[in-house]
Amino acid sequence: MSTTVSEMHGCPLVDSLGQRVLHVPRGRWAAVLGALRADGFEVCADLTAADYLRHPGRTLPDGVVAERFEVVANLLSVSGQGRLRARTQVPEADPSVASVFGLYPGTEAMEREVWDMFGIAFDGHPDLTRILMPEDWDGHPLRKDFAQGRIPVQFKGAPS
Amino acid sequence: MTALDDRRPAAAHTGEGGQEMGFRRESTPDELFREVGAVLRMSESEVAAMQGEISDDETMIINMGPSHPSTHGVLRLMLELKGETVLRCKPVIGYLHTGMEKTGESLSYLQGGTNVTRMDYASPLNNELVFSLATEKLLGIDGDIPERATWMRMLLSEMNRMSSHLLFMATNGMDLGAVSMMLYGWREREEVLRFFQKVTGLRMNHNFIRPGGIAADLPKGWRDDVLRILDLLPDRLAEYDVLMTGQPIWRERLQGVGVITRDEALALGATGPILRSTGLPWDLRRDMPYLRYSEVEFDVVVGVHGDAYDRYAIRLNEIRESMRIVRQILDRMPAGDVRIQDKKVTPPPRARIDESMEALIHHFKIFTEGFKVPEGEVYVAIESPRGEIGCYIVSDGSSVPYRMHVRAPSFVNIQALPHMMRGGLVADAVAVISSVDPVLGEVDR
Repeated sequence: MSTTVSEMHGCPLVDSLGQRVLHVPRGRWAAVLGALRADGFEVCADLTAADYLRHPGRTLPDGVVAERFEVVANLLSVSGQGRLRARTQVPEADPSVASVFGLYPGTEAMEREVWDMFGIAFDGHPDLTRILMPEDWDGHPLRKDFAQGRIPVQFKGAPS
Repeated sequence: MTALDDRRPAAAHTGEGGQEMGFRRESTPDELFREVGAVLRMSESEVAAMQGEISDDETMIINMGPSHPSTHGVLRLMLELKGETVLRCKPVIGYLHTGMEKTGESLSYLQGGTNVTRMDYASPLNNELVFSLATEKLLGIDGDIPERATWMRMLLSEMNRMSSHLLFMATNGMDLGAVSMMLYGWREREEVLRFFQKVTGLRMNHNFIRPGGIAADLPKGWRDDVLRILDLLPDRLAEYDVLMTGQPIWRERLQGVGVITRDEALALGATGPILRSTGLPWDLRRDMPYLRYSEVEFDVVVGVHGDAYDRYAIRLNEIRESMRIVRQILDRMPAGDVRIQDKKVTPPPRARIDESMEALIHHFKIFTEGFKVPEGEVYVAIESPRGEIGCYIVSDGSSVPYRMHVRAPSFVNIQALPHMMRGGLVADAVAVISSVDPVLGEVDR
């Protein structure tokens, strides 16, 4: 499906349904995004993550080892470069990646959301706290091993 | 122990300490740097110099919200005030978080629309549209959607932009004390909602735009209804101009309030009227056209000063531009199917069920199991009334999205609030929140 078409900043650039996707090694996440910013991708429109626990066999270009988590940034250029999606593999054993807050201050809340929902830490983020869930919440809801909650219903007067 | 210290144990008890704004004496330089330095591209020492020496004795931290009438829902802002001046501001969100992205992972692509439509409840049709476009791209049928469905989507999307901006006119007026404006804005929005009710059956949360097309064709007499709204609105908008635009009190309240520059807006990822108010003509309808927006004529409205007044004026004029687009859609609305004739995606029509067993089974299978979507991932973005709304879907080849994420414009836009409020008056804070026009259902999802 997705095959390596070219390279950009030393990372494989593939085509996914007509959209450009750059697979960035985790160690170079901030460096490559910095280079992309200098290339004219001024806006980080979206930063999110996905948990591939139940879907490990996805298609990735050669040389990219699939890990459990993936952090995805959708970059946008208002100066005519179009869109570019950057993806990086984040292992379960060490769920962390460099923060791009210094490059794109708008990712402050998005990285907090990813931390809150997936438990992926962003090194260098100035205020990595939960944003949507309460502070004392246990677990990270959008992980695939976090069950959809059901509150036990209790009926008044029912024998227990 | 001072009165302020008394509040700390309470904060510890609710467990929300970490999300709140700390006292100045406890705030690290990092925290101040985060608020100004990173956006303005200043060094930490420059930020420290800019802050000056202010002690906690001179300031007060107050909560605005989560249930405050002018926060448009359950937005909670923590404001550090010195007298009436806002020194710092921190939005605390999550009060309306219902895990819609998690829910989306257990709803089929056909059911997904009912989920996303509830996110931005002031422009539900745009949410459905972006979700449908993303699903269609994954299915590989994005080029085969019937013309009538595409033009109907544009019609509904533009009507929705009008109703959303009219709601903004109403709430913006209400927030600033123009109560008559609130009534007028609501009255005009009602006209559009009545049209939606006739077409989709519901005033909000329509689930009308679905993967593969539109749920049903336009009802009889729809053209007259649209024309009636188009004939009625220009006079009403002219009334708004008399009531608000040229009025000295209104201008005093809004001009120069909540100023943001183009570079700051880009750095913060703000889109929509906020970005356009800084003078950058960025509108996805024109710059990255989807549907048939490349075939209609309209102007991208921009501001000059990046203040709350510009954002008001942009939305007011965007209603006029939407009306212009709707008139062109009326002229060009083609005849034909409203759903793709791909049996995999579209269920058989109701009449066929009565005469064909296969059609009945097929109908049942599509609505219970859903249709399978090939493996892949896609990000599609469109211009909602609030800015870029994007949908990122990962499919593992089954009939439910493996991961469904919505890039909500309000979520990103309210992160610009601390920047716009800095140094302003607390009375202007209301004007600034209002000018961002956040929908909290979309912020918290």
